[in-house]
Amino acid sequence: MRSSKIGYLTKEGFKSILTHGFMSFASVTIIVACLVIMGSFSLIAVNIGSLLDEVESQTEVVAYVEETLSDEQARALQPEIEYISNVQSCEFVPRQTAMEEYASLFDDQLFQDVGSEILRDRYVIHLADISLTRQTQADLESIIGVAYVRADLQVAEALVGVRNVLSGVSLILVVVLVLVSVFIMANTVKLATYSRRDEIVIMKMVGASNWFIRFPFVVEGLVLGLLGGAMAFILEWGIYDVVAEKIMSGFMGNLIHVIPFSSVSAVVMLIYMGVGLAVGVFGSSIAIRNYLEV
Amino acid sequence: MVVFENVSMTYPGGEMRAIDDMSFTIDDGEFVFLVGPSGSGKTSVIKLITGEVMAESGVLNVNGFDLRHIRRRKLPLMRRTIGVIFQDFRLIEDMTVYDNVAFAMHIVGASNRQIRQRVPYVLDLVGLSGRERRYPREVSGGEKQRVAVARAIVNSPRLLIADEPTGNLDPALSLELMLLMDSINNSGEGTTVLVVTHEKEMVNSFSKRVIAIEDGQVISDGMDGYYSYEIQ
Repeated sequence: MRSSKIGYLTKEGFKSILTHGFMSFASVTIIVACLVIMGSFSLIAVNIGSLLDEVESQTEVVAYVEETLSDEQARALQPEIEYISNVQSCEFVPRQTAMEEYASLFDDQLFQDVGSEILRDRYVIHLADISLTRQTQADLESIIGVAYVRADLQVAEALVGVRNVLSGVSLILVVVLVLVSVFIMANTVKLATYSRRDEIVIMKMVGASNWFIRFPFVVEGLVLGLLGGAMAFILEWGIYDVVAEKIMSGFMGNLIHVIPFSSVSAVVMLIYMGVGLAVGVFGSSIAIRNYLEV
Repeated sequence: MVVFENVSMTYPGGEMRAIDDMSFTIDDGEFVFLVGPSGSGKTSVIKLITGEVMAESGVLNVNGFDLRHIRRRKLPLMRRTIGVIFQDFRLIEDMTVYDNVAFAMHIVGASNRQIRQRVPYVLDLVGLSGRERRYPREVSGGEKQRVAVARAIVNSPRLLIADEPTGNLDPALSLELMLLMDSINNSGEGTTVLVVTHEKEMVNSFSKRVIAIEDGQVISDGMDGYYSYEIQ
């Protein structure tokens, strides 16, 4: 392919953006609107997920050691506990430390005459996946030297339930929004190319090959798609920062932590540019396909 | 060269044959009028020649391309050997007069230098010098048709087809256009010209070969240059 031809066709693509200004504007607006709506829902889902992660990470399982085991024997159980695949971390808490913690929670006087021997040595365990709490509890109880295991199964199951519902709802919402967006974007591109079907037929009759006709459309789609992606990213950033600021400065700021946009910006930008580019290029290629069959 | 040998064609979903066992040959360098009433199959003949529709039987050969068995990706190559002028001009409204002609050269892979040399020459040939930067909406009907002629001849096609080219022009402009087509036919390149029309006086005044068709069949083919067929 001659470089002059590529240059000509690329120029035609750019020229067409300006010539069909209204359709270009409409296409970019639709891409921006769809991306921002989709992205906002996804970011809400990501924040809720992160919030649940935080809550889950604070959920503890405590394994109490047999009273008959010496301090050394109790500490020796750690590798066995860590060997369980769902155990993310475990910390040995000797009975003296446990007593000090109790004493600090209550009135010191209350524990003045009580020795730490009334308590057991214990392991405070954090799990990798709290939906497997029941199974992990059983695994821990099967270790010789572990007297019993305290796991708040109701809290764990409630959290798992909340996560499942939220994951399902956000997945359905994102899928529906993606489908609606793709439908709207495809129709916008179709409308843009429909208005130029005569142009395509004329080119075909003059002997233009399919790629000759398609190339400027693809250039146009690529530029508008990237432009839409970039504008959606900037808009999303602005909206996110404003909403995050409102949440953090309000009464909910103490309860929830909003992920800073900077920590997801690279991924968001990549997705927006990628989706914009794909919609622009594939949308325009597919939309003109029907008119090329002349 | 155009060869029709027992060609038949039915449009998808159609019950009647639009072209029924049609045979004729147009040699290189000929000037031929194709005449017939509305619905006789004139446009179908053009569509068969340009590869817009495919024949279902017979032999159809245009400028060495076997259109019964041509691959779809080869169609553009065949079309580049033909220049087509339509009654409704079919210009690209967003392109200037110059660009409407130049893009036909870009299609065949001409260099920018060749385009810069050839387009002004052809526009001058059809009397459009000074109109290069205007858009189709800014020129008259006669000028639009001349832009269409310029686009059709800019790549020096072996066959020039004009489908009712004078349909939207007044008599004086029609005559001017036909004289231009005649001069293209008589030029050194010896372009074959096929004009589809139903303008009896025009045909009679040019003393060229006339192929008359009706109901998708050739009913007369004479060199007497006389439009003997009466439009119904």
